[in-house]
Amino acid sequence: MIIDSEVVTLSRAQFALTALYHFLFVPLTLGIVWILAIMESVYVMTGREVWKQMVRFWGVLFGINFAMGVATGITMEFQFGMNWAYYAHYVGDVFGTPLAIEGLMAFFLEATLVGVFFMGWDRLSRIQHLLVTWFLALGTNLSALWILIANAWMQHPVGAKFNVQTMRMEVTHFSEVLFNPVAQAKFVHTVSAGYVIGSMFVLSISAWYLLRGRNVDFARRSMTVAASFGLAASLSVVVLGDESGYAVSENQKMKMAAIEAMWETEPPPASFTVFGIPDVQNRTTHYAFHVPWVMGLIGTRSIDTPIPGINNLVEDTKGKIENGLQAYGAMLALRANPNDAQAKTTLAQYDDDMGYALLLKRYLADPRQATPADIQKAADSTIPNVPVLFWAFRIMVACGFYFIALFAYSFWLASKRQLDRNRWYLRLALYSLPLPWVSTELGWIVAEYGRQPWAIEGILPTALGVSSVTAGQVWISLGGFVLFYTALAIVDAVLMVKYARKGPDELGLWPMRHAPRAAGATDAKGALP
Amino acid sequence: MFDITTLRVIWWALLGILLIGFAIMDGFDFGVAALLRVLGRTEDERRVLLETIEPTWEGNQVWFVLGGGASFAAWPTLYATAFSGLYLALALVLLAFILRPVGFNFRGKIHDARWRAVWDGTLIFSGFVVMLISGVAFGNLFLGLPFRYDDDLYMTWQGGFFDLLHPYAILAGLVSITMLLTHGACWAAYRSDHAIAERAARVARWMALAYAVTFVLAGIWLGYGIPGFTVAGPVVMDGPANPLFKQVTIGGSWFTSYMLYPWFWAAPAIGILGAIGVQWTVGKHTLAGFLCSSLMLAGTILAAGFALFPFLLPSSLDPRSSLTVWDASSSHGTLALMLGAVVVLLPIVILYTGWVYRVMRGRVTLEDVRHSHNTY
Repeated sequence: MIIDSEVVTLSRAQFALTALYHFLFVPLTLGIVWILAIMESVYVMTGREVWKQMVRFWGVLFGINFAMGVATGITMEFQFGMNWAYYAHYVGDVFGTPLAIEGLMAFFLEATLVGVFFMGWDRLSRIQHLLVTWFLALGTNLSALWILIANAWMQHPVGAKFNVQTMRMEVTHFSEVLFNPVAQAKFVHTVSAGYVIGSMFVLSISAWYLLRGRNVDFARRSMTVAASFGLAASLSVVVLGDESGYAVSENQKMKMAAIEAMWETEPPPASFTVFGIPDVQNRTTHYAFHVPWVMGLIGTRSIDTPIPGINNLVEDTKGKIENGLQAYGAMLALRANPNDAQAKTTLAQYDDDMGYALLLKRYLADPRQATPADIQKAADSTIPNVPVLFWAFRIMVACGFYFIALFAYSFWLASKRQLDRNRWYLRLALYSLPLPWVSTELGWIVAEYGRQPWAIEGILPTALGVSSVTAGQVWISLGGFVLFYTALAIVDAVLMVKYARKGPDELGLWPMRHAPRAAGATDAKGALP
Repeated sequence: MFDITTLRVIWWALLGILLIGFAIMDGFDFGVAALLRVLGRTEDERRVLLETIEPTWEGNQVWFVLGGGASFAAWPTLYATAFSGLYLALALVLLAFILRPVGFNFRGKIHDARWRAVWDGTLIFSGFVVMLISGVAFGNLFLGLPFRYDDDLYMTWQGGFFDLLHPYAILAGLVSITMLLTHGACWAAYRSDHAIAERAARVARWMALAYAVTFVLAGIWLGYGIPGFTVAGPVVMDGPANPLFKQVTIGGSWFTSYMLYPWFWAAPAIGILGAIGVQWTVGKHTLAGFLCSSLMLAGTILAAGFALFPFLLPSSLDPRSSLTVWDASSSHGTLALMLGAVVVLLPIVILYTGWVYRVMRGRVTLEDVRHSHNTY
C-alpha cells in the first residue's frame, strides 16, 4: 500500500470537523433531557401545570437540537467505513461491537421514544409520559456510554490480540473492553460536561427573561433546577476530569507529557506548569510558572512515582520500534509459512509493539529497511502538538472551575430566592452561555489530537487507517459537509434564538390562555399557536 | 454454543433481517416523503401525510444506523470495503440522512410557504436519493465491483461514481424506487384522510404494477445477460476470515443456488404475490395493503440475497478478492457475543416500538391538522 498524505490530511480534517460539529448538539441533548425529566417529575408529584409547561417549552428547544444531533450522528457511524476503511478492517472485530450495541440498546430507545415525547401528551397518562421522558433520558445517556467505551478502546486498547491469518485485531476478552478503566472515567466526565451545557443553556436563557422582566416565575423555577443540577454536574466534571487525567497518565504517558509541555522527567513529585510558552523547536518551555508537587499528585497519586518527560518517552519509543520490527518480520515470515515455529515465538514475544513498526510505513513501504535515522524520525513523530494541547487543556480546566463558582453562586441565590435581584449576575449568567461549549470542544481536542499519531494507541497509526479513496473524492465530501453543516448551523441558530425570544408567554404556554383541552384522538397535539 | 460456520450463516440471515427491517420500517417514511407533493395537493394534506409518519420515523431510521453498526461488528471487511468503495454514493445517502431529520423538525417552525417548500424539497430529495442509491448498489453487486486486496488486506478500489451507473444497476434502482413508492403509498392509504387515501391507493396500484414489471425484467436480465460468480475448488466454511485464501471463477449463473435449493424460488414468488396482493387490498382501509407491500419488499431483498449466496461483495477486478459469507466475518467470539446482544435486545426494541405504534394509532384527518398545533 502507498499512503497518500493528502488523503490522510483531508480525512483527518473531515473527521475532526464532523465530530466537533456533532458534539455541539450531543451534550446539550445529554444534559437538557435530565432537566426535562426532573421538571416533569415535579409536575407529576405536585400536579402544578407550570411544571408541565416548562417541560413543553424547554422541550421545543430540545427538539430543534435533537434533530441536529441525529442528523450529524449518522455521519459518524458511517465515516469509519467511508474514510477509514483499513482502520475498520483492522479493528472492526473489537471496535464495531460497542457501536452496534449502542444502536440496539440506546439509540433505538431514544429515537423511538422522542416522537411520543412530543406527540403523546394527550394520549398517555401522566405517569406513562413521565416514564417516556425518563427512558428517553436513559437512552441518550446509554448511547454516550457505548460510544465512549468504543472511544476508550482507541485510547487504551485492551482485551484484543493480533491475528496473522486475518491481518487484524481480534477480541480475546470482551469484558476488558467493557470494563476499560479509561471508559468509566471518560463516560462520567463526558456526560457531566453535557449536564453542565444543559444547565447553562437553561440558566442563561432564563436569566435573559429575568433581565427583561418576562416569564418571571417560569424563569425563576427553571433557573433553580438548572443551578442545582449545574452545580452537581460542574463538580462532577472537574472531579472526574481528574480521574480521567489519572487514567491518561497511566496509559498515555506521551499525551500527559504533551499536555504539561514536560520535556524532561522531573524528580517526583512533578510540578504543575500553570503558565508557559512551549517551544517545540528547542524542546523547552519559556516563562514557565510552576506550582510544586501538584502534577505528581494528580498524575500518579503518590509522591515518589516519576512522570516521564517527552524526551525520555521518545527514547523509549525507539526501543519499541525495534521490538515492533521483530514482530513485523515474524509476521511476514508466518504469512509465508504458517508453520514457522521460530517466527511464532518471536511474534508472541513482541506483538504488543508491532504497531510501532507500522509507524515507519509513513516513510517506507517496507519498514524492515529502516535506517536509524528513519527510526528516530518515527519516534519523534509520536510527539503530539504540544502548544495546542498545553493551551486547550488549561482553558478547559479554567472553564471548569469557573462553572463551579457560577453554579455555586446561582444555587446560593436560588436558595435565598434572590435570583432576579442582581442584574450583573443575570448578565454574567447570560454571557456565559458559550463557555461550556468552548471547554467541551477543547476537551475533545485534548483527547483526540493528543492521541496522534495513533488511531489506536500503540496499535495502528492514523495515517495507515485511511481508505482507498482519491483526494478529489474527499475534497468533494469535505466541501459538502462544510457547505451543508454551515447552512444548517445558521438555520439551527436562527430557530433557537427565535423560539427562545418568543418564550413561553408568546408561545401561549405560560400563563395558559385557556384550560387544557380534553384528550382525544381528534386533537392530540396541544396548544402552540 | 454454535460453531463458526453456523454463526456465519446466522449473521448472514441477520444482515438480511436488518436490511428487510430497514426497508419495511423506514421504507414507507421515504416513500411518503418522496410522494409528499404528489399525494398532498394542499398544505393541510401535506401535514396529514407528515403527521402519519412524524411520531415514528426517527425510531425507524435506527434500522439503518443499526445496519451500519452491526455490519461493522459482524462483517467488518464488508463494511470497510463497501462504504469506502462506494464513497460518493454513500456521501449522497448521508446527505439525505442529514437533511431528513432537520426537514421534519424545521419545516413547521416558521409559517411561510417558501420556507416549507424548501424543507419539502429536502424531504423529497432524501426519499428519492436513498431509494435510488440502495437499488443501484444492489444492482452493482451482481455486476461485481472493482476492488482488490493486497497481502496486508489493504483494499484498493479502481472506479468512480459514474461507473456505478450501468444500465442493469439503473434497472435495479427502478425496482427499488417503484417498490418503496408502493410501500409509502400503501402506508398513506392506510393512515391518512380518505381524500388522500384514495389518491394514494391509485398510486400504489400503478407503482406495484411497475415494480412487478421491472422486477421480472431484472430477473430475466440477470439469468441471461449477467455472468455469475462461483467459488472454485473445495469451499472452506470455517476457515480464517481472509478472502485471499480461495479462488473464484466468473462465468456461471447467478441462479446456481436456486437450482441447488429450489425452495429459494419462494422469495421472488413472495415479491410478485405481494405486488398482486397490493392490487387487491390497497384502498380497502385496512392494514392488508401495507402488509402486502411489506411482503413485496421482503421477497425482493431475499431473492437478491439468495442469488448472491454465498457472495456478499463480488469483485470484478480480482475475483478471488470477492467477499463471501465464509471469509468476511468477524471472529468466532465477536459473532457469538453480538448474537447474544441481538437475541436479548432486539425483542425489547420490537416490544416498545409496537407500544409506540399502538399509542399513536388511528387515521390522521384533515380536521385533525386544522386544529392541532404540533410542538415537534
